[in-house]
Amino acid sequence: MAKSWAEWEKPLIELERGIEELREQQKRLPQEKQSGVEEQIQQFERTRDNYIRVKYGRLGPWERVLVSRADNRPYTMDYIRTLVTDWVELKGDRRYADDKAIVGGVGKIADRSCVIVGHQKGRDLKERKFRNFGMAKPDGYRKAIRLFDMADRFGLPVISFVDTPAADPNVESEERGISEAIAAGMFKMFSLGVPTVAIVIGEGGSGGAIGIGAASRVLMLENSIYSVIPPEGCAAILWRDPTAGDKAAAALKLTAQNALELGLIDEIVPEEFGGAHRGLRETADNIEGAIGRHLSELERASRDEIRATRYEKYRNMGVQLEG
Amino acid sequence: MQTKPDAFLRCEGCKKVLFSKEFVKNLRVCTHCSHHHRMPAEERIATTFDEGTFVEVDASMASADPIQFPEYPEKLARGFAATGRNDAVIRGTAKLDGQPVSVALADFRFMGGSMGSVAGEKVTRTLELAASDQIPAIVFTATGGARMQEGLLSLMQMAKTSAACRKAYDAGIPYICVFTDPTMAGVLASYASLADVILAEPKALVGFAGARVAAQASGGQKLPDNFQTSEFSLEHGMIDAIVQRKDIRPTLVKLVSHFMGGKRG
Repeated sequence: MAKSWAEWEKPLIELERGIEELREQQKRLPQEKQSGVEEQIQQFERTRDNYIRVKYGRLGPWERVLVSRADNRPYTMDYIRTLVTDWVELKGDRRYADDKAIVGGVGKIADRSCVIVGHQKGRDLKERKFRNFGMAKPDGYRKAIRLFDMADRFGLPVISFVDTPAADPNVESEERGISEAIAAGMFKMFSLGVPTVAIVIGEGGSGGAIGIGAASRVLMLENSIYSVIPPEGCAAILWRDPTAGDKAAAALKLTAQNALELGLIDEIVPEEFGGAHRGLRETADNIEGAIGRHLSELERASRDEIRATRYEKYRNMGVQLEG
Repeated sequence: MQTKPDAFLRCEGCKKVLFSKEFVKNLRVCTHCSHHHRMPAEERIATTFDEGTFVEVDASMASADPIQFPEYPEKLARGFAATGRNDAVIRGTAKLDGQPVSVALADFRFMGGSMGSVAGEKVTRTLELAASDQIPAIVFTATGGARMQEGLLSLMQMAKTSAACRKAYDAGIPYICVFTDPTMAGVLASYASLADVILAEPKALVGFAGARVAAQASGGQKLPDNFQTSEFSLEHGMIDAIVQRKDIRPTLVKLVSHFMGGKRG
């Protein structure tokens, strides 16, 4: 079992690096010799495409976990930079701090001005620490709540990008009421008379995810996951074996396909062939298309209807035997 | 701790020997050190609400093992054996000094009081009934959090119960939550924290993440002595009061009578 995305995709990463090197070499060759290299490159590219087809054609739950955490997977700000025009970031919870693990602001997406919030992870070690690995503190949820409130007052739809391993579990988060902040996030979302769309773009990590994810429509990217507990944590509790993440991932039914089959999400948004990290533009376009479609449907309803429909949606989640 | 036919038992706090009969009569609170032991739901009902007024509903509701999670049916069976009940949450109606109330209580002995579809549904119905009948909702928590054996369905119970809290809030009825040991994770991060008034029993475990995870995340920083206790929650403004078990009923009576006595428009 591969433990990380880098380990799992290693042969593919090496193949792609080789192709890039050949392209560089080709550029340096005289014109007449370039075509010979071209053939070689094309052969490698065919091998790469086949490899992707095989590897990504049958992703198991654990492989989805790895891909959802890929080092170069697009994050919230990547989608915002690609899709959103006239973006103005809005910071701070007006109570204690500006949490760097949840970004928020206003901008145009799918031809509409929206309030947009999302978890933000970091790319390199320095940025990862700055973003607290995408783990929001109470201040992050309270910033989101402030923006949700603004959306409601100004009649703007809310878009949430969900991508967090979990909410921040450290002492200061407990001191400032991380549980209350997450609960209050959902509580606020259920009061909104404007359409809300959440999309899980990477890791939908438990309470940390649902705190900004209780939307009218919930979408998931093809290779994202949504889970009540991280698979490693589940394995540690159930089998006292944190390395049995693959077994737990299968048991938890945490893939987009699982969530759709359970009726807990509305749509799976396809990624670029070989994962969102191989094509930000294509994946972003698919996201924008889906958001536009869902907003168009939701916008036909009145404020009261929007609230009532959202209530009913969550009201019906759960499977129990009666009588 | 279960009532055993044994005449004596040892306090889990001070380890002193207690008479079983006296112990149960004293609401499972140690007469020496005042340690509050966990309480079965039946005893909680009997000692909190007006005598004989509790009427249970949805008693037969049971988990359907919706994602065929390994060993879940066995765990449910063990929970049933320990409590004689189908799940961790019991709901119904009762009277509190004559005032009708909508009630839910959790029993920790059933899979650690964890919240899956059944617990989420029962808490939701408790709040919905309170909203529709314009009566207070009173919920006692005792839980390790969301039940991982129902996967994402359990996470969605956090959203569902929070939506029900919004319904109760909009209906203008008082919702009071009493944290008993333990009140953790997915339950604390949903309906438990959304009550109008939050009471907690002394020294109950109250927190978001497990203490080990919290310590790790805090980079080996020494955890405060009272970390993730009722006292810690009170100190940081997360709950209204810590109430001795014997004082919970009178406190609830006072709160309910104040809130139901106001002019409501």
